[in-house]
Amino acid sequence: MEFILAIAIGILFASGIWLILRPRSFQVIIGLMLLSYATNLFIFITGKLAIDKPAFTVTSDAVEMAQFTDPLPQALVLTAIVIGFATTALYLVVLLGSRGLTGTDHVDGKEREVTHE
Amino acid sequence: MSELGHILTFPILIPLVVGAVLILINERYHRLKFAVNMLSTLSLLVVSIVLLLITEQHTEVTSQVVYLAANWQAPFGIVLVADRLSAIMLVLTAVVANGALLFSFSRWAQVGVHFHTLFQLLLMGIHGALLTGDIFNLFVFFEIMLAASYGLLLHGYNVVRVRAGLQYITINLIASVFFLIGIALIYAAAGSLNLADIAALVSTLDDSSRSLFHTGAAVLAVAFLTKSAMWPLGFWLPNAYTAAAPPVTALLVVLTKIGIYVVLRLYLLFFGDHAGASAGFGTGLLLYGGLLTMAYGIIGLIASQESNRIASYSAIVSSGTLLALIGMNNPAVLSSMLFYLISSTLAVAAFALLSELISRIYPTRNQVLAITFEAFEVDETHDVSSGYVIPAAMAFLGLSGMACALIIAGLPPLSGFVAKFAMLHQLLQAETITLAAWMFLILIISAGLGSIITFVRFGIRSFWASHRETPPLLKLTEVAPIIVILMVCVGLVVFAGPIFELLERTMSEASNTPMYIERVLGQPATGGNA
Repeated sequence: MEFILAIAIGILFASGIWLILRPRSFQVIIGLMLLSYATNLFIFITGKLAIDKPAFTVTSDAVEMAQFTDPLPQALVLTAIVIGFATTALYLVVLLGSRGLTGTDHVDGKEREVTHE
Repeated sequence: MSELGHILTFPILIPLVVGAVLILINERYHRLKFAVNMLSTLSLLVVSIVLLLITEQHTEVTSQVVYLAANWQAPFGIVLVADRLSAIMLVLTAVVANGALLFSFSRWAQVGVHFHTLFQLLLMGIHGALLTGDIFNLFVFFEIMLAASYGLLLHGYNVVRVRAGLQYITINLIASVFFLIGIALIYAAAGSLNLADIAALVSTLDDSSRSLFHTGAAVLAVAFLTKSAMWPLGFWLPNAYTAAAPPVTALLVVLTKIGIYVVLRLYLLFFGDHAGASAGFGTGLLLYGGLLTMAYGIIGLIASQESNRIASYSAIVSSGTLLALIGMNNPAVLSSMLFYLISSTLAVAAFALLSELISRIYPTRNQVLAITFEAFEVDETHDVSSGYVIPAAMAFLGLSGMACALIIAGLPPLSGFVAKFAMLHQLLQAETITLAAWMFLILIISAGLGSIITFVRFGIRSFWASHRETPPLLKLTEVAPIIVILMVCVGLVVFAGPIFELLERTMSEASNTPMYIERVLGQPATGGNA
């Protein structure tokens, strides 16, 4: 289970890094999204993988801590997802603005000059 | 104590509430919006000064004011901590913010929408980052600050700003990913997010956790060093500074220094003398990274022709100097480092504001701007004649440009000289002067020389060789903030003695991590039926 997750996070990071190095702003935003997914998964597994363990209890009795999973990474992931969502939406707006103003989707706002031999 | 502690929430809550209220006011009432914003920013200045006085009143070593949000004792719950260092940074932010806001009154606030809301939210993020005692809230406040800065950078929407904004946002989103990974690794290693708790746990970590902790800290450092523009992570800075509207550039100067503040704070807490095997981790990187940043900044400075670029590279040089000083791991230089931080922030911010006024000497270069003004119906001709226009505009521009140059280059009689003199004095006092210290000495003196060359060339081109018959029209609201900021710099020189004593106390307190830990973790939750 850990192995599969680790490979998945690795693939997401690798694809994300490849994409943010591409020249088109659309590729960059997809890359950024993949990076943020990979990061969210990464934060999530710092709380260790567990099956059938609740993150919190509703009883006020003394509880065995081993029966519960760490709730903090889950709370962190939730915050990170919301913030990532907002910033990605903002990026999308700027991306469209840039496309409209410069007439190209190149990240530098202008096409590279291609020299024909 | 607990009643007093509530004042810690003001720097975060005031801008949050005012920012929300400002959305509701229509852009047509821009004078009203400005008045509300100015009132709020002025009250933040007052709150910051009160906070500094409170931390000063505690004459014993523990001057931290700790506020337990929701009354959970640390390390649980959210904690806000103010000590002298954060209070001084709050005052510095407030001074620059008031200046930038007043400057924006006559035109810049009107070239787009929601300037005032974004301005307040930016202040909220900065204040939160300065006051939080929790590494995840640091992330949240950083994101608030950055999101507001994205909006402000795009303020007065044109091709240059959108292009620079796209790159600035991309860089910062990637830095945020590093920030989150760093937090996750530190949590995995130490099992806590509270800064004081992590600082207490650092020396007790076993070897495998320690290497994980170091990895986390290194990844985290990438995020902060990107913000504080260390070479080679600082390539975004000149483009962003040059493209932004001048009042926004002044705030970006502060934002860069917040990156430095966080590096300093986390370094002292995590890797100070108390940290056992981790003490001094990463000092070499900060030191040599700082030196390379200085070298890069000096080269960029000499190559710069436009005033905006000069301001950008001055900011990079000052970042490099500060990082190198942190990396020296020498407590004696920290107080002069803080003095340099204050003086260079003020000077670069003032120069960023001034550079727009200087660029009015050449009206033809502002074509792009004129189109923006037209789009937002800023009636420039009417506006100029209605405001109070100051006399002797060229004399003002020349003198204040010279004052900025003197501070940035570090020449007497202004505050830059005092800062550099104090740094060199402390470094040369050491019994053995290391190779790195010699390199620092050479670079700091070359930085001074580079700045002089650049500013003299810029001054000759703008003022002597401009051949303009009528001087540009400058309004009182544009001139006053520059004068005030420069007067603060003069004040730094006049009261250098007491200020250095304050900074000595500040840094000896900030370096005393065991006291910080005891103070934050020892803060009792208030009793009663709460």
